[in-house]
Amino acid sequence: MSDADIRKVRPHPTQNEGLIFERSSPGKRGYQLPELDVPAVDAAGLLGSENVRTEIENFPEVSEVEAIRHFSRLSTYNYAIDLGLYPLGSCTMKYNPRVNELVARTEGLAWAHPYQPEALSQGAMEVIARLEAALAEITGMDAVTLQPAAGAHGELTGILLTRALLEQRGNPRKKVLVPDSAHGTNPATAAMVGYAVENVRSNAEGTVDVEALARVVNEDVAALMVTNPNTLGIFENHIVRVAEVLHAKGAMLYMDGANMNALVGIARPGDFGVDVMHLNLHKTFSTPHGGGGPGSGAVAVKKHLAPFLPGPRLKSVDGRWAWNYDLPDSVGRVRAFYGNYGVLIRALAYIMAHGSPGLRNATMDAVLNATYIRKALEGDYELPYKSANMHEVVFSDDVQAKHGVRTGDIAKRLIDYGFHPYTVSFPLIVHGALMIEPTETESKQELDLFIDAMKSIAREVEADPDLVRNAPHTTRTSRVDEVGAARKPIIRWQPK
Amino acid sequence: MLSAIGVSSLDELFSHLPEEVRIRAPLAIEPGKSEYEIVEWFRGQAALNANGYASFLGGGVYNHYRPVLVDTVVSRGEFLTSYTPYQAEISQGTLMTIFEFQTMICQLTGMEVANASMYDGSSAVPEAAMMAIRITGRDRIVVSRAVHPEYREVLATYTKHQGIPVAEFEYDRETGRLDAAALERALDEKTAAVIIQSPNFFGVVEDVRRAAEIAHARGALLIYVFTEAVSLGLLAPPREADIVAGELQSFAISPSYGGPYAGVIAAREKYIRQMPGRLVGETKDSRGNRAYCLTLSTREQHIRREKATSNICTNQALLALMATVFMTVYGRQGLRELAEQNLAKAHYLGSQMDLRFSGPYFNEFVARADGQTPEQINAALLDKKIIGGIPLGRWYPELSDSMLLCATEMSRREHMDAVASVFSAQEAFAR
Amino acid sequence: MSYPTDLKYTREHEWVRANGASGVVGITDHAQKELGDIVYVDLPKVGAKVEKGKTMGSVESVKAVSDVYAPVSGEVTEVNDALANAPEKLNQDPHGGGWLVKIALSAPDELSDLLSAEDYQKYTGEE
Repeated sequence: MSDADIRKVRPHPTQNEGLIFERSSPGKRGYQLPELDVPAVDAAGLLGSENVRTEIENFPEVSEVEAIRHFSRLSTYNYAIDLGLYPLGSCTMKYNPRVNELVARTEGLAWAHPYQPEALSQGAMEVIARLEAALAEITGMDAVTLQPAAGAHGELTGILLTRALLEQRGNPRKKVLVPDSAHGTNPATAAMVGYAVENVRSNAEGTVDVEALARVVNEDVAALMVTNPNTLGIFENHIVRVAEVLHAKGAMLYMDGANMNALVGIARPGDFGVDVMHLNLHKTFSTPHGGGGPGSGAVAVKKHLAPFLPGPRLKSVDGRWAWNYDLPDSVGRVRAFYGNYGVLIRALAYIMAHGSPGLRNATMDAVLNATYIRKALEGDYELPYKSANMHEVVFSDDVQAKHGVRTGDIAKRLIDYGFHPYTVSFPLIVHGALMIEPTETESKQELDLFIDAMKSIAREVEADPDLVRNAPHTTRTSRVDEVGAARKPIIRWQPK
Repeated sequence: MLSAIGVSSLDELFSHLPEEVRIRAPLAIEPGKSEYEIVEWFRGQAALNANGYASFLGGGVYNHYRPVLVDTVVSRGEFLTSYTPYQAEISQGTLMTIFEFQTMICQLTGMEVANASMYDGSSAVPEAAMMAIRITGRDRIVVSRAVHPEYREVLATYTKHQGIPVAEFEYDRETGRLDAAALERALDEKTAAVIIQSPNFFGVVEDVRRAAEIAHARGALLIYVFTEAVSLGLLAPPREADIVAGELQSFAISPSYGGPYAGVIAAREKYIRQMPGRLVGETKDSRGNRAYCLTLSTREQHIRREKATSNICTNQALLALMATVFMTVYGRQGLRELAEQNLAKAHYLGSQMDLRFSGPYFNEFVARADGQTPEQINAALLDKKIIGGIPLGRWYPELSDSMLLCATEMSRREHMDAVASVFSAQEAFAR
Repeated sequence: MSYPTDLKYTREHEWVRANGASGVVGITDHAQKELGDIVYVDLPKVGAKVEKGKTMGSVESVKAVSDVYAPVSGEVTEVNDALANAPEKLNQDPHGGGWLVKIALSAPDELSDLLSAEDYQKYTGEE
């Protein structure tokens, strides 16, 4: 396919916006404060001159129009969901509804202070209560905490809860099992809670090998952390048996809910044996990624783990909400205040907008889209695991590697076609993985453009591998020198 | 599409799922609502909260004006709906603004490296503690009782299972600053770090130099925590500290009933490889142009897995961007002027109160209720549509006759006069 | 690549150049190729005790970290400081200028357990 045939992208208009410090000039201002209605004070006199700084060296000084131009120009250097498909596996890059942004800014919610009187916070607390109830219903679990700030934070909370329960039962145990296909946060989390980590093999279908699991589960094992569907997009179809094996030895089943977008309205983790799980509200429940955060890592548990949840918890007293701090078995706080409240508002708005059966329909569309891509591309790319995929599909670069082209190169060439790359080189059990998750947001048109691009690249790999290996060619910034960045880290701007 | 896949219905796509896992009944959730209904519902909930009240609450979350430009910038779809900048070629916008953020944090704190943000100030503290432990090879932490109580709770939760004892040391009952003798007693050769907050939970500015001297003399690092970022517009940067852990909510991040906020960790350059969280570095692209990318990723969970510096994956990019825009709009002069206004307002109110502590304070202070209880004073203030301060008895039994009050540039003279008059008991006795 | 015959090798891709009671230790050409461009090397300090088979440091590329296991036991007498500023030396000359540490051997007998150049060559399956 020549450049003339590529339907989506045009070279970016060249702009050389530097850093804000390079735009600064002494004395410029972008602000105006009101006149003081109280007497001015002498800072050095009140605080002691040794406690007062002379100035903030090299801090920006620009006018308002320079500020808006600077940030607007920088924004144009970004790809975003608003611009097109992000086929990132396990990230669930679905549309971020704008109504969420509007409701999160409602004054009585946006300016609510966490320490304001409960009598004046009933609306804020109602939002939390509704979301907890909705997530409990969706997951089939008994209780939910919205305190954790992100998925990894939720995992930490979940494993802390597990440890607390096992300690109360007499033995916290020594290790946590993790499938070899797991996301890196899983073992990192287990280590933070004082557990050793042991890998469990996946079988030829890409799911947890139940026999291998049964052999290693004993009274030293606190939990198995499993993602379902797993990071290959494949449903762990022996999950009920997995739960039985663990429960027989008193161990817990922890589910990483990163892939919940395949299950909402279709299957509930609480129904198939999960004891504790986290959800990524910024994945399944549409809250915006914002360039890397904020997220929210709600944790849902069965009854037996509920007493250990972080506090405070909401309780209803005479028909009004109150915060209950009397939680003798709680593992404690995992952060100050109540949770990433602004994110919670957005997640609840999403759930309200879809409702039931809307949520189930979204899931079905997500799986439809991923399966459509799989069928279209399985002739061009190697499919290492043939089981039915759900909301995402994982290929490997085995075919292309014969021409010296790897998944990372294909990903970079995809940029020339106007798409963000898929997830590269993960999960680790697939050599040279291409992990693709379109989400329900994408129309057939967008998917067809993506499929065309991937097919075209597959042909390019055979006809002109260098074209792919040296991609991207049409971006404002070409491949960056990551080696140099790591050898001599420059982490801030400094004046010459 | 179905025919392209070779199935005749959507349901068939799920036929591979075992019967036993399938949902038994539709989700017990109402059908989807229209945009109008959703907006109205949230408006209704917001109306049940405090609206139109003057507030003197602080305690880790502060009422500061949010310049309009902040939401203008972060509402741009390219910032709002973009992903983590793993693909540098199409994420330079995010990467450059994070690089600017890292730079500004260094300029404010006097540190040499800063990360691309942590979840919030409260979780940045245990992360800083873990960093100090990795750096020194020691395994004890000592923390001031004047550090925010909820931050100390989070520290306890994180350290519980890692074999790290945490000891608290007292504050001076008269000044409200750290008690140097108590600190000396708490330290030993196994202490990795001393954690102080400034201004501390009582609003009092700590003697950072003294704390650093004491800590360093015993081979421990000094961790400086801040919850009120505006204070750095005026206070001397904590150059004596080894690690800084802070909260940036004051920089145009809405209070929003407790979150999301943005924390940050900054430190001396030599500790960079022990730092948790994302880092953006400067480099060149293949054409020789300056470019930016995530770097030193080998510290992180996706590579080190169980040996990672932390399990953290997300940073608070959008909120860090709000803070970056705020810092740009106010800039070098503006942040100073803003801090001076805060100081003036708080001292206007504080000078009319019976202050509990004699130490220097920024925009928060502890006032005695004198003849009433803090709860009575707050009830009287609510009648005037004023939310008073935070009664301290729930965390500090020795201070149950006092409350923590905060005044910022948004506080108005007439409301401060009303607070002072209720405190002076005329109002209360008249009830 | 034909591996120097004056070195002994481990299955974890370290090498030792023994000289009486002391030895120079590094990682092999195979290892540096697997890792790619080295960006950072984490080494023990002079005076540290190392134990055969236990980790004594690590080597990092942009996308990966590899633990370095001590091939022999002893005390570190010297560290290759040049790698701090120029980690690329390890890629360029892994068996020579890219050495990691010098060790005073506490148990020279351990050397006999290690692989010869020929055996290591076979082990890596390289030409």
